[in-house]
Amino acid sequence: MTVKVTTTVNGKPVSGDVEPNTLLVHFVRENLGLTGTHVGCDTSQCGACTVHLDGQPVKACTMLAVQAEGHQVTTIEGIGQPGNLHPMQAAFQENHGLQCGFCTPGMIMAGIGIADRAKGTTLSEETIRIELEGNICRCTGYHNIVKSIAAGARDM
Amino acid sequence: MTAETGIGARVRRKEDVRFITGRGRYTDDINRPGQLHAVFARSSHAHARIGSLDISAAEASPGVVAVLTGADLAADGIGSLPCGWMIHSRDGSPMKQPPHPALAQGIVRYVGEPYAVVIGETRSAAQAGADLLDPDFQDLPANVDTASAQSAAPIHDGIANNLCYDWVLGDESATDAAFASAAHVVELDIINNRLIPNAIETRAALGDYDPGTDVLTLFTTSQNPHLARLVLSAFVGLAPEHKLRVVSPDVGGGFGSKIFIYAEETVCGWASKRLRRPVKWTADRSEAFLNDAHGRDHVSKARLALDATGRFLGLKVSTIANLGAYMSTFSSSIPTYLYGTLLAGQYTTPAIFVEVKSVFTNTTPVDAYRGAGRPEATFLLERIVETAARQLGMDPAELRRLNMIPKDAFPYQTPVALVYDTGDYQACLDKALALADYAGFPARRAEAKARGRLRGIGLSCYIEACGLAPSRLAGQLGAGVGLYESAEIRVNPTGNVTIFTGTHSHGQGHETTFAQVVSSRLGIGLDQIEVVHGDTAQGQFGMGTYGSRSLAVGGSALMKASDKIVTKGRKIAAYMLESEPEDIDFDDGVFRVRGTNKTKTFGEIAFAAYVPHHYPLEELEPGLQETAFYDPENFTYPAGAYVCEVEVDPETGATRIVKFTAVDDFGQVINPMIVEGQVHGGIAQGIGQAMLEACRYDSESGQLLSGSMMDYAMPRADDLVNFDLDVVRTDCTHNPLGAKGCGEAGAIGSPPAVINAITDAIGVRTLDMPATPLKVWTALQAGTAATKRS
Ligand code: FES
Ligand code: FES
Repeated sequence: MTVKVTTTVNGKPVSGDVEPNTLLVHFVRENLGLTGTHVGCDTSQCGACTVHLDGQPVKACTMLAVQAEGHQVTTIEGIGQPGNLHPMQAAFQENHGLQCGFCTPGMIMAGIGIADRAKGTTLSEETIRIELEGNICRCTGYHNIVKSIAAGARDM
Repeated sequence: MTAETGIGARVRRKEDVRFITGRGRYTDDINRPGQLHAVFARSSHAHARIGSLDISAAEASPGVVAVLTGADLAADGIGSLPCGWMIHSRDGSPMKQPPHPALAQGIVRYVGEPYAVVIGETRSAAQAGADLLDPDFQDLPANVDTASAQSAAPIHDGIANNLCYDWVLGDESATDAAFASAAHVVELDIINNRLIPNAIETRAALGDYDPGTDVLTLFTTSQNPHLARLVLSAFVGLAPEHKLRVVSPDVGGGFGSKIFIYAEETVCGWASKRLRRPVKWTADRSEAFLNDAHGRDHVSKARLALDATGRFLGLKVSTIANLGAYMSTFSSSIPTYLYGTLLAGQYTTPAIFVEVKSVFTNTTPVDAYRGAGRPEATFLLERIVETAARQLGMDPAELRRLNMIPKDAFPYQTPVALVYDTGDYQACLDKALALADYAGFPARRAEAKARGRLRGIGLSCYIEACGLAPSRLAGQLGAGVGLYESAEIRVNPTGNVTIFTGTHSHGQGHETTFAQVVSSRLGIGLDQIEVVHGDTAQGQFGMGTYGSRSLAVGGSALMKASDKIVTKGRKIAAYMLESEPEDIDFDDGVFRVRGTNKTKTFGEIAFAAYVPHHYPLEELEPGLQETAFYDPENFTYPAGAYVCEVEVDPETGATRIVKFTAVDDFGQVINPMIVEGQVHGGIAQGIGQAMLEACRYDSESGQLLSGSMMDYAMPRADDLVNFDLDVVRTDCTHNPLGAKGCGEAGAIGSPPAVINAITDAIGVRTLDMPATPLKVWTALQAGTAATKRS
């Protein structure tokens, strides 16, 4: 049995037929071919799958595709392109906030969320570290990710 | 022109744009028309005989295309997964290497071992089929404990005491004599905790067989695609080498765990050939915990002999190393040649003797994980040195300084086989102590005490052997492969270049670093250089990325190839400028007749080579493309000094790192930004080992208890601090780049620094990793009780 999901992804209306138990991350990756959103775990621990739902970061492995019905989903492909990067993307490159790049889309999406929530206040390193709790990077030791998010937030 | 982009420049990475915009291409991002999905049926028992296995229900399940077992694999002649490094025991006998079939045949020997694969039209169809497999497992006695493995029930037929080999290195009688004459002897029992690598991208494989050409393409998350092709062809028998193409696209971290030849990629390739359709498998995280090779897992006894002034006289080490249930690709070399040979560390200890017993247990195979053997050696040595300082009442920095190999003593022959080519260990230590404000520590400790906190400081001076090579030496030591590296530079007619390297990046930024090397050498911009790696059909050959060998070995091959390009370019320029090659200088992309203003640019020479109208065709072939293989003379020896400062809450045992300082000597650095990033990541993994990460098996059932990220603590951003880094530079003396390698340093240097700091803070002699709050609190209570008693 499949069900139809209709939603907006990166500003474009999309729909697809999925098993009812299909996770949003699989819908995005497999039905839509947007492979920038990654899967790093099966326990909602790593944050590699982070996307925005109506502007808020969520773990796309923790939601069913059908729960996105009628909502706005933004993936890493939707925030900036080569040649026209989002300030958070640019900050990651500038500050060497990535190595293998696998956690990076989730980190950038989480980072934008952190910056949005901090709007109007100064974002301390400690706050960034605490708010990054849900995202794991195995490569960078976070030092440069924290720097990147601070810089990206300043530029946003 | 190239000063801003060449060697030593802090340039942003070329590869980043695709990663930050979600356009990276990892194995799981690749799909093929008509693709099937594989789900592996895995043992739920630590050790059991498979009495019977009925596959009919699974085969009949909707959407299932095939169910294949170990018997099918054997019938098709697919061989055992080999271990590539032969080790001999002290009596000269070869190690015992039990067969390691990709799908278990008759007996399963660890929880998670695959015994069948279900292949379906969709992953969920395959999963539903796999759920119907219910073999009649008859339990056999299981042992997961390293220390007691030799007295446990046998795991493999004909292997007594579960002992793979009993290896020794060094002069035992000289070491015993050193102990006999010692004024002080320090003893320590040391456990190096088993770790699970956990690259954030899980492993994946996609076999894609083309019946028209008979070529099998295997897309896989490998750090080492050429080696995968070689082993899968020559030993496993998957396909002849010219009919097997291995592609590893972007790889999301590896840390060693993606070097090895695994069951799943073998099975996906084999099944694709058998079914004549693409077959894909992507691990979920639980499978990664069960099936990626684990790391470390040593139980050791160490003894250090010192004279009355604190000079080291002798070191004696006895280690039991857990190999898991089977031998993984490199597993035999890790506790031996990558461990025993590093036990001299940075010190002049004249006599060292080490014995290593490697044992089989009912656990996941163990193999290289970031640092591989060297973290185990450094942890042991730097813990016992610290303990010695405390036992003798000496300052730990002073005791180290007293025993360090002085900078004018290189090349330095250690008593455990290696010859260090160069270094300046005292300079590293001095710089680290200054950066960490070691002198100011007592005041900080007092201030913390006033707040009710226990503050401690710990040092670690590590050395490692990197740039894995040279072939001749590796061969003498039992390696089954050569350890050189290849490079090819194709200069295109319009003057830009494509570089092919046999190494492969999984986050190290080779596309930038390698381009910087060539940019410096050929005097062309970074944007004119494309680096290609990870595809056996494109690059010539290579031995992959591990052991911090990519730059030291692969980069050196690239230097050689660049030099060949310049040599040929000089000949072409000489002809065009009516001069002699010896009279042509090449600098910053321009060929010039010495002392004149007659010049040709690199681009003009490239064009002439491909449009040879005015060209010395009698002497030179057209085209401008060169290949080089580089086989180094020696390992490289990065070294450094790390200082960790911690604060412990005595009420809870909770420990925070408050300051972490690392000073490393990596020789020539190509891109300081990338090198710093490598050190950060290594330190994070080392701190993970020291404070958080523990692979735990249930001692009764043999079940993996730390089988997910919920049960295995991975370092998160708020577990760590910013690290203070600096470098000392002594260039490697034998490779043309002077580079030593930086990838593993942090993981090697940091665990002893952390544990030395915590034991300093709480005043105990030993503390096993990971230093969880409970463990620290318990040690603190025991220490307090002991103090009260005495
Ligand atoms: S894949 Fe979603 S949190 Fe790990
Ligand atoms: S960059 Fe590799 S996991 Fe973060």
